[in-house]
Amino acid sequence: MSSYTQKKGFGAAVWDYITTVDHKKLAVMYLLAGTLFFAIAGFEALLMRIQLMKPNNDFVSAGFFNELLTMHGTTMLFLAATPLLFAFMNMLVPLQIGARDVAFPFLNSLGFWLFFLGAVFLHLSFFMGGAPDAGWTSYASLSLYSPGHGIDFYVLGLQISGAGTLISGLNFIVTIITMRAPGMTFMRMPLFTWTTLVASALILFAFPPLTIGLLMMLVDRMFGGNFFDHTMGGNTVIWEHLFWIFGHPEVYILVLPAFGLFSEIIPAFSRKRLFGYSSMVFATILIGFLGFMVWAHHMFTTGLGPTANAIFAVATMAIAVPTGMKVFNWILTIWGGSIKVTTPMLYALGFIPSFVAGGVTGVMQASAPLDYQLHDSYFIVAHFHYVIVGGIVTALFGSAHFYWPIFFNRMLNEALGKLTFWVFFIGFHLTFFVQHFLGLMGMPRRVFTYMEGQGWDQFNYISTIGALMMGVGVILMVINCLMSIKGKPAGRDPWGDGRTLEWSIPQPIPFYNFRQTPLVRGLDPWWIEKQEGNKEATFAEPIGDIHMPNNSAIPFVISLGLFIAAFGALYNTDADKPWSIYVLIIGLAITFGAMIVRSVKDDHGFHLHKEDILEIEEQLYGKGGNK
Amino acid sequence: MMKGLKKWRLFSLLAVMMVFLSGCGEDYISALKPSGQVGKEQFNLLLLATGIMTLVIVVVSVIYLLAFLKFRRSKVGENVIPKQVEGSHTLEVIWTVIPIILLLILSVPVVTATYKFADVAAMDEVDEAGNKTALTVNVTAKLYWWEFEYPNQGIVTAQELVVPTGQKVYFNLKAADVKHSFWIPAIGGKMDTNVENLNKFYLVFDKESADLKDGVFYGKCAELCGPSHALMDFKVKTVSPEAFDAWVANMKATEGQTASKDSTDLGEATFANSCLACHAVSGVGGTGGVGPNLTTFGDRNRVAGFLEHNEENLKAWIENPGEFKPGNLMMNPEGTAPVYGDLTDEEIQALATYIMGLSVEK
Amino acid sequence: MDFNTKFTPHTWPDHPEQATMEGKNKIVGFWIFLACEVVLFASLFATYLALKNKGPAGMEFTTQGLFDLPLAFAMTMLLLTSSLTSVYAIYHMRNFNYKGMQTWLAITLLLGLGFLALEIYEFQHYVHLGFTFDQSAFATAFYTLVGTHGFHVSLGLVWITTLLIRNAKRGLNLYNAPKFFVAALYWHFIDVVWVFIFTAVYLMGVIG
Repeated sequence: MSSYTQKKGFGAAVWDYITTVDHKKLAVMYLLAGTLFFAIAGFEALLMRIQLMKPNNDFVSAGFFNELLTMHGTTMLFLAATPLLFAFMNMLVPLQIGARDVAFPFLNSLGFWLFFLGAVFLHLSFFMGGAPDAGWTSYASLSLYSPGHGIDFYVLGLQISGAGTLISGLNFIVTIITMRAPGMTFMRMPLFTWTTLVASALILFAFPPLTIGLLMMLVDRMFGGNFFDHTMGGNTVIWEHLFWIFGHPEVYILVLPAFGLFSEIIPAFSRKRLFGYSSMVFATILIGFLGFMVWAHHMFTTGLGPTANAIFAVATMAIAVPTGMKVFNWILTIWGGSIKVTTPMLYALGFIPSFVAGGVTGVMQASAPLDYQLHDSYFIVAHFHYVIVGGIVTALFGSAHFYWPIFFNRMLNEALGKLTFWVFFIGFHLTFFVQHFLGLMGMPRRVFTYMEGQGWDQFNYISTIGALMMGVGVILMVINCLMSIKGKPAGRDPWGDGRTLEWSIPQPIPFYNFRQTPLVRGLDPWWIEKQEGNKEATFAEPIGDIHMPNNSAIPFVISLGLFIAAFGALYNTDADKPWSIYVLIIGLAITFGAMIVRSVKDDHGFHLHKEDILEIEEQLYGKGGNK
Repeated sequence: MMKGLKKWRLFSLLAVMMVFLSGCGEDYISALKPSGQVGKEQFNLLLLATGIMTLVIVVVSVIYLLAFLKFRRSKVGENVIPKQVEGSHTLEVIWTVIPIILLLILSVPVVTATYKFADVAAMDEVDEAGNKTALTVNVTAKLYWWEFEYPNQGIVTAQELVVPTGQKVYFNLKAADVKHSFWIPAIGGKMDTNVENLNKFYLVFDKESADLKDGVFYGKCAELCGPSHALMDFKVKTVSPEAFDAWVANMKATEGQTASKDSTDLGEATFANSCLACHAVSGVGGTGGVGPNLTTFGDRNRVAGFLEHNEENLKAWIENPGEFKPGNLMMNPEGTAPVYGDLTDEEIQALATYIMGLSVEK
Repeated sequence: MDFNTKFTPHTWPDHPEQATMEGKNKIVGFWIFLACEVVLFASLFATYLALKNKGPAGMEFTTQGLFDLPLAFAMTMLLLTSSLTSVYAIYHMRNFNYKGMQTWLAITLLLGLGFLALEIYEFQHYVHLGFTFDQSAFATAFYTLVGTHGFHVSLGLVWITTLLIRNAKRGLNLYNAPKFFVAALYWHFIDVVWVFIFTAVYLMGVIG
């Protein structure tokens, strides 16, 4: 029996996951970690909605409410939506472009562990003296004023997990540029791969300003720096600029892959190629580009002057054009197709009107003078939840149903899936639709309570009911996922309507993905093969040796070192904790030591020979293989 | 079929709600019921934008629902392979150009209004005698309260802004500690109070506030500023220009007013011992008060900006301000006791009576 | 081509750093990493320019009074020359002249060390004058920008030294050729950043 196919004990399996560099296993880890943080942040949201259910409520205290709202926003964006999308990118991009792994498998693992340990570090703040409480934007004057270590947790945790995100983004770009199978030209790439490419490029240019912003905050809070201290010549508006130069593209980093996911689901269940593929690609790039030109629309009320406000207002409106192109292209993909309303398709159908509603309120806010009223009111809360829940979360749920067989070779339950959709979708609109009006009726965002007699009571009550429904929806979704463990193997292309390469691979997917590198003959290669009556992809090579990377524990050790060092840095400002400096040094020594080990130890990977491959395939698919 | 209908119903429901709700909210706080030129123009912009956006939503929804109803697999047949259309240049051009036109229509009033609202040149205009012609208010936002200085009149008040109707009132906005944001929803949009620079803008107040439910418009802090951000409210009293002048004269008349430690009134003596270091009782002066100026306390509408205005609340507040506004600076840094120590019940009662009696209108 | 293949000057490819898939990936990836570093430094530059000469009321330090152009010029020349010597090193690497590459990289290291020594001297001098890190927003921005660059130089020095020691005994092959190439790329990048620092901080500080 080959060593590749042996059953492993529990300890060995854990070790395997800690050291793995396989993009599919990392995808599963991203999925689990992202779901964990999604659940935590969702729970925080529920606590906040319960507090706001009635006026003058005392369910949670004012200080704790601020911690909740900060951690909800930070966690949802950095530690839930990002890793969940990374799960799909990691799983799908190599499969969609016909690659055996990503360009830098080692970095892929490093990216995951940095993200995960950074996220754990940030969450430990709840048990170690209080979480950050200055909002996910953490505006400089308030975050410098904030007592305790909450903001330090925010700064250090995001610095570590941000580095992980950056590394993963870099990895995806190189993978897509250099690892495509023969015939997979750029204009034949599935749209999800395209959006991953553009989103990764955005990560690359958006995260460094955040890194610098966090560095400056760290220096100010821990080493007596003066970047944001106006009495020493500093300027807090610099933080606002740096944060939003990062923060606005961040929205597109999340929503573009969501667009990509829907651009896979909609053609599959319409049995029709994506309408206007090239204009979809163009729109993606244009949105990515414009995404960097509009950050100051978050600062219309900061006082940048009318010229800056006018320019950024018009630039922001311009984004509506490529986004509109996308929406119409999706609709025209459905038009003339053969629509099958499966659960993923249901999410896609629900997404289109919800996202359009979120988009048009965005244009309203882009109108600077109108935004003077809307800014920092509940209207904004409604708007970005329409975009994020209506756009990104529906994409994640829909794709979870769609790609579950690729991840786990199991299908999710369709009936339960549709029920989940309706509960979640109605709850979502109930929660956020009324918040538009709360904002217009004068309710500022980020308030822990409100007095009676301001006309807000009823809508807040409705909103809380909606939030509870969304909570039920998420629980149903998790139940569905857990139930699938007992399900039957799904097999290759279980939906029957798969169009891209990932559906051409027999299930379960072997760790080297493709026994032979596929030959791509057009857009939607698997659809082309199926139309020609082929049962398998066309290959570009005979069966031969496959070169694969070695597993490694070093990424975990590097991340662990930084995780330890972060505690040292955090407590370094406390006079009563002299040991902290040693913790810092030990942590950094572990990290740099591991990096040096990595660079002096040769790692050539290993070769998988033809006989091994045939043996593995026999184990997976039975005698004679699954030809 | 049922599902399609459900979605259709949802949308018509939303449309009806939209119409219904545009007349919603309370007229002392809702941006949907503006009582000033700035707010009205912003409301008109809201109507224009909503109109265009509703048009977009309706067009998209109609095409989308038609597509959905016509091309379901149960209708077109299980084994039909649809024509694999690549795209259409004509259509691409149409749905690029039409949105651009719609956005241009919107952007013209947007850009115009942006410049208009930022025009504060009149702030510095002077008449022949060298007096400023426009009314200017310097707003200083401090942790959980607001200070309003009238530099041309030489008076200062807190928590309750008093302004005349029918003229442009100019504001210099600044924060003393962390960033806040100054917002009177029913009058017009907000502007941030930064720590390092002055922001300037103007508002116009059309309606006298006396007819409103509480006799005031509501003002809010719109930027997260700490635990009590939600409670950092202020009130706006709009009065006729004549009444405003009278109010200014009354304020000026309080010049030199103070509390004496030797007073026979226990309230005044306690105030002088425990409160005067931070709270002034004379309306003449400049900004920079550690605590809100209390000269007009008896005329106000709320205790601490948000509690109902009665002696009970005032007494409770004096006894433990941290309970009502967590993180406020009347408490010692540990948050265990007020900075003025624990007062006896008798002292608190006297103090409340004294503070309630501070007034320029009665 | 295999990593362990032994080469002669005749069989050595023209672009050894790109002869393997791993090498190609590494170089594409590194260029993208440098793009990201550009944004990182751009943020620092923008912050520095915004906070230049800003400090508490009555601050005595300004760019004009503080900076010493001859010293900055000497540092610039050291770093520019080290960039040139690293070009020679890569030239020899492509010609399969291992000794030549080692020699030129060693010279690069020495020049880099010289630069770092001058920078440390400069900082020490300023601190001595009272221009400490927490003295003003200007000081914080200055030390953060120039210090981040200095940190990059130190990393580069450690990196190249490690490479030289690790590969001292085994000569060139397709496994380590991309490593040398990428380290040289990094060194050039550091140099380019310094040119901008010299211009934006020192020249524009003293003259502009």
